[in-house]
Amino acid sequence: MIVRVNVNGTWREADVWGGASLLFLLREHLSLPGSKNACEQGECGSCSVWLEGQLVCSCLVLAAQADGLAVRTVEDLSDPQGALHPVQQAFVDAGAVQCGFCTPGLIVAVTDLLERDPVPNEATIREALSGNLCRCTGYAKILDGVRLAAATQERSR
Amino acid sequence: MSTPPEVLELTRRGVGENTPRIDGGPKTQGRFAFGSDLWAEGMLWGHTLRSPHARARIRSIGIAEAVASPGVHAVLLADDVPGRRTYGLEFADQPVLAWDRVRYVGEPVAVVAAETPELARRAAARIEVDYEPLEAIVDMEAALATDTPRIHDHGNVLRHVRIIHGDPDAEAEIWVEGYWETGMQDQAPLGPEAGLAMPADDGGVDLYVSTQWLHVDRSQIALCLGLDDDRVRITLAGVGGAFGAREDVHMQIHACMLALHTGRPVKMSYGREESFLGHVHRHPARMWIRTGASYEGRLKVWRQRIVVDGGAYASSSSAVIGNASTFATGPYLVPNVLVEGTAVYTNNPPCGAMRGFGAVQACFAHEGQMDRLAAALQMDPVELRLRNVLELGDAMPTGQVLGGSAPTRRILERIAALPSIVEPATPPDPVLRPGGANNVTRGEGLRRGVGIAFGFKNIGFSEGFDDSSEARVRLELGPAGPVAEVHTAACEVGQGLNTIITQIARSELGIDDIVLHPVDTQVGSAGSTSASRQTYMTGGAVQMACRAAASRAFDRAAQRGVAIGDEPRLDDGWLVIDETPAVTLAELLDRPIEETAVFHHRPTTALDEHGHGEPHMQFAFGAERAVVEVDAELGLARVVHVDAVQDVGRALNPRSIEGQVEGGTAQGLGLALMEEIQVVDGSIRNASFTDYLIPTILDVPSVTSELIEEPDPESPYGVKGVGELPTLVSTPAIVAALRNATGHELNRAPVRPDDLVGLNGPVLGNPPPPAPDVPGPRAVPHYVAGEGAPS
Repeated sequence: MIVRVNVNGTWREADVWGGASLLFLLREHLSLPGSKNACEQGECGSCSVWLEGQLVCSCLVLAAQADGLAVRTVEDLSDPQGALHPVQQAFVDAGAVQCGFCTPGLIVAVTDLLERDPVPNEATIREALSGNLCRCTGYAKILDGVRLAAATQERSR
Repeated sequence: MSTPPEVLELTRRGVGENTPRIDGGPKTQGRFAFGSDLWAEGMLWGHTLRSPHARARIRSIGIAEAVASPGVHAVLLADDVPGRRTYGLEFADQPVLAWDRVRYVGEPVAVVAAETPELARRAAARIEVDYEPLEAIVDMEAALATDTPRIHDHGNVLRHVRIIHGDPDAEAEIWVEGYWETGMQDQAPLGPEAGLAMPADDGGVDLYVSTQWLHVDRSQIALCLGLDDDRVRITLAGVGGAFGAREDVHMQIHACMLALHTGRPVKMSYGREESFLGHVHRHPARMWIRTGASYEGRLKVWRQRIVVDGGAYASSSSAVIGNASTFATGPYLVPNVLVEGTAVYTNNPPCGAMRGFGAVQACFAHEGQMDRLAAALQMDPVELRLRNVLELGDAMPTGQVLGGSAPTRRILERIAALPSIVEPATPPDPVLRPGGANNVTRGEGLRRGVGIAFGFKNIGFSEGFDDSSEARVRLELGPAGPVAEVHTAACEVGQGLNTIITQIARSELGIDDIVLHPVDTQVGSAGSTSASRQTYMTGGAVQMACRAAASRAFDRAAQRGVAIGDEPRLDDGWLVIDETPAVTLAELLDRPIEETAVFHHRPTTALDEHGHGEPHMQFAFGAERAVVEVDAELGLARVVHVDAVQDVGRALNPRSIEGQVEGGTAQGLGLALMEEIQVVDGSIRNASFTDYLIPTILDVPSVTSELIEEPDPESPYGVKGVGELPTLVSTPAIVAALRNATGHELNRAPVRPDDLVGLNGPVLGNPPPPAPDVPGPRAVPHYVAGEGAPS
């Protein structure tokens, strides 16, 4: 079936199997592999994207459900020249990246959190990111990265 | 000549600094290509059909329907394996594709290549395999019984290790007994097993894959494909975590077979459920210990029986039981020891490498045992450990004398001296109660507990293995000045090795611009990214190659009449003599300098028939103290804080080491509180992240790391491997804290809610099984079946 999705500001079309997820559409049909496939049942958050501005696990959304809707992915966050988004820069500076498989999903989730709550306290951060599994870092440097990103964005406000 | 700057700046981002990861930017942007992200024009998707039975005979396999399915390009069986039909890290006992019999649930039986993953999956479902199910042997002690059917022709004993030291029948004033169990843990790297095989014009194959050791993959793949090694070229794809799970071959041979058969690129990428079936796990262990001591708390006798479940195939089980046995008595001086360790075959999923590698199970048991002894003696647990702590020059049960550096006493003293946690027992935010939002009480039943654990582990490969590493450095003049390209086959799996390599090259060559060549088999083996060894081994190789290149630059300067002196060095783009810049490096690079170096660690030896030898290369020590809160009514627990004191030799990148401590502690927390593969009749019942829980950001506490820097005089820069140790000590520290909070014995990890509320007593266990009647300390397949199983 043909689906038409606005991805990062551009309308894209693909012929997908009816059972294909939005994640599969992005990764395998639209050449956007930034969203990752770690659990494929909505437990790990590695595939986090925005669907009409809502944070979702793209593995739990059928490609067909996204037909006619706007999707924003991690690929949209850094500027076209490649400069990092403040959340991305904060993750690098804080040492919040190890293997990096969970990182794109976390970048999306943290960006979403800071848009809603620019200076979150620790309990809020932990609750907001409890749907993003990381197997490498033990999360300490991820917490540092969120605090650093919040401080950076607060300063530039 | 250029004018020297007045003040030489230290080359920045060299060794010892918190240099940011070189791959950090692309990874945050989603631009870093993991194995599962690979794509090639015209590529097919591979799919694996796996056995639903733990033990069965294969009567027949019908593929006609599958071959006729839409979009299918190949359906391959065992008879289609072009070369040797079995593979394995230490013994080739594992079929590439099963023939005649299957030995575990999930064993590959057929592979399919089709236009899309979905078409491949549907075609595989049409393969008709006629199985005759047989009684499965799923208990590790039952596997040892003489009347149990043999899983392999060479029997059910994979390896038996016996270590005798002093007089194990010696007397003691006080005795404690202990029975300890650990469950089957999964590495659960977030990145799935994945890779892309491309058929090449010369009849060979180019493979891009997430793995831990390119060259050992290649030697297995080439034999099974019937190709010479140089026809199998492997390049590392981005690795989404490893933790031991990628030491064994997973989809490599299958994808290469399909690519060679179809003449098309073939990608294979496991889903999460298949990942649980497609890689090895941490060995479940049963440990029986009898410890004798004096009333003053001096260890006199340690007798221990260990059985670990190796599952259906050997993987690295023989080395794991070697580790579990040689580390059984912990970092303590014990004059009289008997350790009998056995790894057995069963029809459970194969077990192999996972972070900590046998020493995790040993540490859980010896630390529980030491706490039990401290309680019997009414002695402070740290004081008991201090009275017995292993120090430089002490002999271990193998007879190996502890060398290098060993800040053991200092670590114990520091862990005891750290300030206690003063955070209120009932945090105001309900999310931070045990069980988080699931906790239906108001915190009335909360109890705090504190526990400590101390442990040690080997760095690098042991028992006589020469796991050398090769590095090639090419120094040349680029448009913006001198550039060094470093080429190794060492696998960055997320731990930060590539950043360490660039730090070393910067420091040694005194330049900022370091380029890493893609990691591939066009350079010699770097050994495995495991055993916490790469900073030591490949770091050592890069240091050697850089120093050889620098030496060539010094020679060129000397040829031009520069008086080189005793200690020339490269710093900030200059050749510096007696702290004075003499000539720029750029001027010496009129033609490139290329040097290759192979770094070997000092030799180790195999164990003899008494379990004696010098099996290990380097030792790292560490301790952790955990504070927990238990809701004793609901059986919910939260780890409030962990303090870690880690022996690092010398910290090349302190923040990166902290990341290892924090991440390793989190995996140990998982084994303490939640992570266990549930195997019923040989079948994994929780092969998903919905059912196999790994710690979330709500489960993992703050961790304070203290790095102890006492350089090892034998290692490059004095470094020690740091990747595994935190995982060893975290589990027993947390479980000790849970015991302290609840008063229950808790002799099994992971601890379950039922254990915490006291519904279950301690796991009792059977009497220890007798040692099997097999000769010598070598692994059984070596002397019974030779290197390979029948093919």
